[in-house]
Amino acid sequence: MLSFLIRRILQTVPTVLAVVLVIFVLFSVVPGSIVSSMSDDGRGAADPQVMERMKKQLGLDDPVYIRFGAYIAKLATGDLGTSFRTREPVTTMLAKRMWPTLQLIFAAMIFAIVIGVPLGFIAALRPGSIADTISMVVAVSGLSIAKFWLGLLLMYLFALKLGWLPSFGYGDGGLKYLILPAVTLGVSPMALLARTTRAAVLEIMTADFVRTARSKGMSETRVVKWHVMRNALVLILTTIGLQFGALMGQAVVVEKLFSWPGIGSLLVDSVLQRDIPAVQGSIFVVVLFFLAINMLIDVLYGVIDPRIRYA
Amino acid sequence: MKLGASLIIGGALFALAIFVGLFAPWLAHTDPVMDANLLNAEEPPSWIWWFGTDAQGRDIYSRVVHGARISLTVGIVSQFVNSVIGVTLGLTAGYWGGWWDDFVNGLTNLMLAIPSLIFALAIMAVLGPGLTSLLIALGLTNWSFTCRIARASTLSLKSQGYVQAARVLGYGDLRIMITQLLPNMLGPIIVIGTLGMGGAVLAEASLSFLGLGIRPPYPSWGSMLSEARDQITTAPWLSIFPGLAIFLTVLGLNLLGDGLRDILDPQSRSRRT
Repeated sequence: MLSFLIRRILQTVPTVLAVVLVIFVLFSVVPGSIVSSMSDDGRGAADPQVMERMKKQLGLDDPVYIRFGAYIAKLATGDLGTSFRTREPVTTMLAKRMWPTLQLIFAAMIFAIVIGVPLGFIAALRPGSIADTISMVVAVSGLSIAKFWLGLLLMYLFALKLGWLPSFGYGDGGLKYLILPAVTLGVSPMALLARTTRAAVLEIMTADFVRTARSKGMSETRVVKWHVMRNALVLILTTIGLQFGALMGQAVVVEKLFSWPGIGSLLVDSVLQRDIPAVQGSIFVVVLFFLAINMLIDVLYGVIDPRIRYA
Repeated sequence: MKLGASLIIGGALFALAIFVGLFAPWLAHTDPVMDANLLNAEEPPSWIWWFGTDAQGRDIYSRVVHGARISLTVGIVSQFVNSVIGVTLGLTAGYWGGWWDDFVNGLTNLMLAIPSLIFALAIMAVLGPGLTSLLIALGLTNWSFTCRIARASTLSLKSQGYVQAARVLGYGDLRIMITQLLPNMLGPIIVIGTLGMGGAVLAEASLSFLGLGIRPPYPSWGSMLSEARDQITTAPWLSIFPGLAIFLTVLGLNLLGDGLRDILDPQSRSRRT
């Protein structure tokens, strides 16, 4: 198990390095240098002397490979640079915003699992029924709706019309502030989980071992509980893992809509203000989170299904 | 949902969106940008203003109709670029194998490690807002799934008798890929492309909503919703109609993709998600 974990972490290192390289190159080589974006205040080009001084200060007059080496060296010590705008270390900015983002993502995923998995099960246990049709209409609608629109509608109904929940903000970080953003973010993974669960259960229901269990006289409840659910879990877990990564991306829009102080809203604000170190740092953290979740899912596979070995 | 129903409803919704986009100048009542009149500001939906008017007195119906052009252009063009990149890389990697296959695999893993909206956001940060930037950002960030499917199809197809026969007949690599392999993997590629188009329409709307896509006053559904956010209590129709347009277009593409999958890729029916 431990050797599997170490091997898996080592396998991830090249991907992380490649991501760092892409993020670095994207903001270093492409047209529109960092300095010109920093000094671009909409009133035309800045004084060339000022730009030259800024280049020196930021070490941008060094060749790209030296800058990349320096960036990697700093990254290894956990230094993601200093924000152009706030002059605060990016690591500190990200640390402050990590918890709200994690709260939002986990709450959205809990909503998705609690609603999506039973919805898929109900649909699969009675294929072709009204329950199946309704579940799948809900699922395909959930995948087609724009999150910010759904968020606006929920905000209008539950916050502004009914006054049950706050319309935006983090407040004291309590549950009532979390509900609307989490439901908004959780709708599309919920829909995907419902469809995945339905497809997985339908396939497993026709498997030989399920037929054998039934022919042995096992009750339907036991068949579903011991054979169907356990086998469907691997596929459901894969979907959950992949959706965690997607949620990190989609959280950007939801955080911005609900003024949620997470990494997503930091990323958007930094992009709009062209705060490159903050953009690079935010993307790096998002990718690390995504890779870590995938690794965790790989470990969980073996726990759920002993046939999957860590060899 | 029944198989035929997905295809018919999805196809009809997508055809409607295409029709609206193509004939927008004739279907719109006013110019979506220039015809502002403060005397008509924030009129609710009526027989004169079908979808109401915004704070500048512009006709929301005309703006939604013109918005279809931007959304569909971005959806179709960016997904076409993604499909071309994905198929080219996947087909050549599967066919040639070796170091090129390893390189393409590495590149695909890298793309899968960065959420596509985040990657698109980073590219928009560098290129700045606008239609061209949007097309580049969304066209370069969502090809990995197509690439995987094209590579897997190539690996299973290249040992087939007709491919071997083509090789014996002296066909070159490029000719075999284009005339023998590509037509046999088009089914799943079209399905992924259709579903990806829906994703691109949503991504365009999201980026425009964040202020990084199409900038006001040009009528993109996402930027219209961004403008409407602050007036949700006083003028909810400003949010309802552009959002509904996005929903119906993406719903149409998703249903169409599902329906096409059942026809073009029947093997996947049982593992449909």
